[in-house]
Amino acid sequence: MSSRTFPLEKRSENPEISPQGSLKRELRGFRTDAEHGRGLRALSIATVAAMASALALIFFYAPIEAEEGFLQKIFYLHVPLAIITLCGFVIGGILAIVHLRTRDRRWDLRSYVAIHMSLIFGVGTLITGSIWARGSWGHWWVWSEPTLVSFLIVMLLYATYQPLRFAIEDPERQARYASVFAIVAGAFVPLNFLAVRLSTEYLHPRVLGSSSNLPAPMAFTFLVSLVAMTLLYATLYSYELTAKRTRMLLKARSRILGFQGASTPRTGRAGSSPERAVPAAAPREVATPITTSASAPLRLPCSRRRSPVARTTATWRLPTSCSSRSFWSMWRSWRFG
Amino acid sequence: MSATPTPSRALAPLTREASPPTTPAGQTAPPRISRRPPGIWATVGALLRKELLVELRTLESVPGMSLFAVTTFVVFHFALNQNTVSGDEAAGILWVTLLFAAMLGINRLFVADQDQGGFDAFLLAPVDRSAMLLAKALALLAYLAVLELIAVPAFGLLLLAPPLHQTLPDLLLVLVLADVGIAAIGTLVAALAVQTRARDLLGPLLALPLLVPVVIGAARASSPLLVLTRAGGHVDPSQVRWLATLALYDLVFGLIAYAVFDFLLED
Repeated sequence: MSSRTFPLEKRSENPEISPQGSLKRELRGFRTDAEHGRGLRALSIATVAAMASALALIFFYAPIEAEEGFLQKIFYLHVPLAIITLCGFVIGGILAIVHLRTRDRRWDLRSYVAIHMSLIFGVGTLITGSIWARGSWGHWWVWSEPTLVSFLIVMLLYATYQPLRFAIEDPERQARYASVFAIVAGAFVPLNFLAVRLSTEYLHPRVLGSSSNLPAPMAFTFLVSLVAMTLLYATLYSYELTAKRTRMLLKARSRILGFQGASTPRTGRAGSSPERAVPAAAPREVATPITTSASAPLRLPCSRRRSPVARTTATWRLPTSCSSRSFWSMWRSWRFG
Repeated sequence: MSATPTPSRALAPLTREASPPTTPAGQTAPPRISRRPPGIWATVGALLRKELLVELRTLESVPGMSLFAVTTFVVFHFALNQNTVSGDEAAGILWVTLLFAAMLGINRLFVADQDQGGFDAFLLAPVDRSAMLLAKALALLAYLAVLELIAVPAFGLLLLAPPLHQTLPDLLLVLVLADVGIAAIGTLVAALAVQTRARDLLGPLLALPLLVPVVIGAARASSPLLVLTRAGGHVDPSQVRWLATLALYDLVFGLIAYAVFDFLLED
């Protein structure tokens, strides 16, 4: 992560608040923003190498466990996934604390991406855990295993992170509220594990949960697999962060070029409640006088509030990302115009 | 609570609704210009009084919560097809009902402030913002206390197999500890959810997972109290553990709510 400041990124996040800067400043922002993908290649190669060696160790080096047989090998995927998921949730909370202390929106973006990636890893954890439970205990779900239950509760809590976040219109308030949620939920993770652990008698002794009393080849495989999963998380995190910044860059660039619709999907519904329309409406008029006059003769009768140019920008944004954030914003822009 | 007509209001009857209520002290002595801002407890007292006054005048939350709880007991009777319950089952029914009834109050906790400008008025005042959290949590605690005053006897009357009077003294501690947790988390979640578009949906979605440990602790602590043949005067060590867990959870989430609540009240 580069330590430079990205003036463009901070401004392009909420274009309706930031004043329109000079073109020179914007272009200087582009040059720094072009360095966002730095280090991604090395990270990706390291991840691929680590994953390959971890899989090779799992399948060819680690001994087959006496009681559970081949199925036990899912442990090398499942437990690192779970550890990384929970660490990602806690890290998201810590990044949110930094956001609330510094009021720098980039930390909120990092916290969001960390939690987003952890959610994806968490779904993987639940699936692999279910497979393992089915294989070794005969049921897809076991209530008497406290780790499973507390993990499910944590996942249910974090599943509301994105609905909460995208149900708030104002970008600044959205970042603040999401950070508050991330902090509370991050603190909830260890507490919940404590409470659920207390509530149930152990079905299994914690043999498989800790690497301390594993035989040496298994412990080694587990550690390599943990490192590989961490690298995978870091790579996906960096890719997602870069994708988000690039999308903001594209938005800002099309805003400079005068595409009116480039900023409308996020602010399109801001006028629904009267008290929020007041701060949002005034700077937007300042920001887009040229575009409205330029695109007014081009506007087709069927397009209600956006120019045809804007419609094309919204459409080609489709393949650039498959993350849920862009899904929600696209869905909103299509549904509500 | 009707205000007695004061001389200034009698002189200006047309401004009676619009003018803020003046205290008798304010009439005898002219108001000083530079006054120290009120301390946090004075603010909490004023806000709490406002909350309870609004609730007394509108009767928006508590009657609905209580009626919901009693209706839910009836629904449980038909859904489970049992006339009396005891033990784990009784604890589960009691806590699920109380939790969902509390959810109704949590959903409505900040709605009036959001819709009618209470937040703006509060932010204009030179007072500590944590006072809002404390006052709202205390108000929610009061709602929950009134709810339980109605719901727990109704539960004893409608569903509970062992007589209520012999379990009530021990149950009281569990109720208080769980209520503190519900009030702290509920206030925080209500403040989070009230600014969103889907606030009625997001409030329970956020609150239920956060309150799962409270339900675990409260249900496990109260289920040995609700069994039919209970050895009197003997305290289960596991119950003490559950009460300690509840108290710890209350403390930690009270502190977390206190730490982050200011960030929810900034605009």
